[in-house]
Amino acid sequence: MAYEIVVLTNMAIAVLFALSLNVITGFCGQVSLGHAAFLGIGAYTSAMLSKSGVPIVITFAPAMGMAALIGLVVGVASLRVRHDFLAITTMGVVFLFTGIVRKQEILGGEIGISGIPAPDFGRVGLLATSLLCVLAYLLFTIWVRRSWAGFAFDSISEDEDTARLLGINVPKFKLFAFVVGTAGAGLAGALYAHQVRFIGPDSFGFVESISVLAMVIVGGIGSIWGVILAAAFLSALPQFFQVIDDYKLLVYGLLLFGAMRFAPEGIDGLLKKIFRRRAVK
Amino acid sequence: MTAKRLQIKNVSVKFGGLLALDDVSFEVDDNQLLGFIGPNGAGKTTLMRVIMGMVNPLSGTVSLNGRNITNLKSVQRIHAGVALGQQIVKPLRQMSLLDNVALASGGKKLLSPFRALMVQRRCDERELARKLLIQVGLGDHVEKLPSELPLGYLKRLEVARALALNPSLLLLDEPLAGLSKPEAEQMADLISNLPRVGLSVILIEHNLPQVQRICPTLYVQSNGRQLAFGVTNDVMADPAVRQAYLGVGV
Repeated sequence: MAYEIVVLTNMAIAVLFALSLNVITGFCGQVSLGHAAFLGIGAYTSAMLSKSGVPIVITFAPAMGMAALIGLVVGVASLRVRHDFLAITTMGVVFLFTGIVRKQEILGGEIGISGIPAPDFGRVGLLATSLLCVLAYLLFTIWVRRSWAGFAFDSISEDEDTARLLGINVPKFKLFAFVVGTAGAGLAGALYAHQVRFIGPDSFGFVESISVLAMVIVGGIGSIWGVILAAAFLSALPQFFQVIDDYKLLVYGLLLFGAMRFAPEGIDGLLKKIFRRRAVK
Repeated sequence: MTAKRLQIKNVSVKFGGLLALDDVSFEVDDNQLLGFIGPNGAGKTTLMRVIMGMVNPLSGTVSLNGRNITNLKSVQRIHAGVALGQQIVKPLRQMSLLDNVALASGGKKLLSPFRALMVQRRCDERELARKLLIQVGLGDHVEKLPSELPLGYLKRLEVARALALNPSLLLLDEPLAGLSKPEAEQMADLISNLPRVGLSVILIEHNLPQVQRICPTLYVQSNGRQLAFGVTNDVMADPAVRQAYLGVGV
């Protein structure tokens, strides 16, 4: 049972992490190849605070705040770049993050931070907390999607220049997406730190950024339910099949290639096609 | 003295070593339909971009309804009352025609994500969008996607979307380009009716017969300079205009 709880908690954290990237990349159309850096910022902030005696749940807000603050700075720096250049800029963020963390003794340097306190409420409590966080973030993203902010995001993700001519303050909306998305990643990081209880710079590198991007693309860019499905499935798969864990990068790479080549709208698009065909019959 | 709808004063624009606009000045009155013509490379689109705030002038001022908007960003100018219908139509292809227009009528909600986040209701904007689509003759296609419609319809959508911004000044960049003769005539009729609902319109167009038919006043520009400005028939009779624009000998 304990193993299943660990797997379910990991799934919940992965879903939260993927949903947070979905706001930036899916809703607002800003490709980010450095999202793991914000997972790391949340994890380090929460771990440092809880090691100094702050109750775990209280560390969630500063973890989100710190990730959102740095997300805002990255967002401002990224406003002038688009498409490939934005992807490269955000990729730089994750290298910058791991590079800085490695050299900071206070953050554990290369070795990382170990001995992160176990949650007082136990593993089941952490699972319940993770699920509650996912639920809260999910409800918030559904609200965003249905609001005028989501309506504006749709136009920005399709054509920024046209969105500007429709009177949309594009930079503000992009920054908003960065802040909401990176805050979500910070929360996922805080949960992650107390789930594994040991964190190091390698846990938040480029590979993790690509893995979460794969979840969003395989699920269907912008689709909330598709991303949840893909994140839950892809995070659980390596834990059930050791061979997949050994070849995780290869599997994720193949899935990314397959999705982009054969189903660019991801699981969401495939399911919609199937249901449409059935409805026609 | 009442403020003019648009006042351009001594505007100059330089791209590198090229003087694209050279001390240009003109005015647009309330409810006026002004034709704006000139040969290719005359600086027509540059002047439109200056009015929209997409190009910063080297010198000069742009005023809208008496308010100096020279230092405002594009999005602020749009909310101050300027709208642009582009030559190359760019509908949002994932949205229905109705949503394309409804989004543009979002007003102040589109200025701040926090304000936008507070509102989910779109009924009023959709109702207005439906009326505008009917006004431009697209009433039967409101739920269609732009990819299902030909260019002539998309040009009308561009006008409807610009009208949804509730502008006091509408800039139309070659709205008749690429249309068949009957389509161009219908579109020109539609444009000629806009001043009656309180709008001032600047129409950049190469289709001279239609411009002469619907525009009472004409502004001609050549090599970044004003060549003529006045009543259409007088301007078209000006030998300098005929020489520069039509290549007809004086």
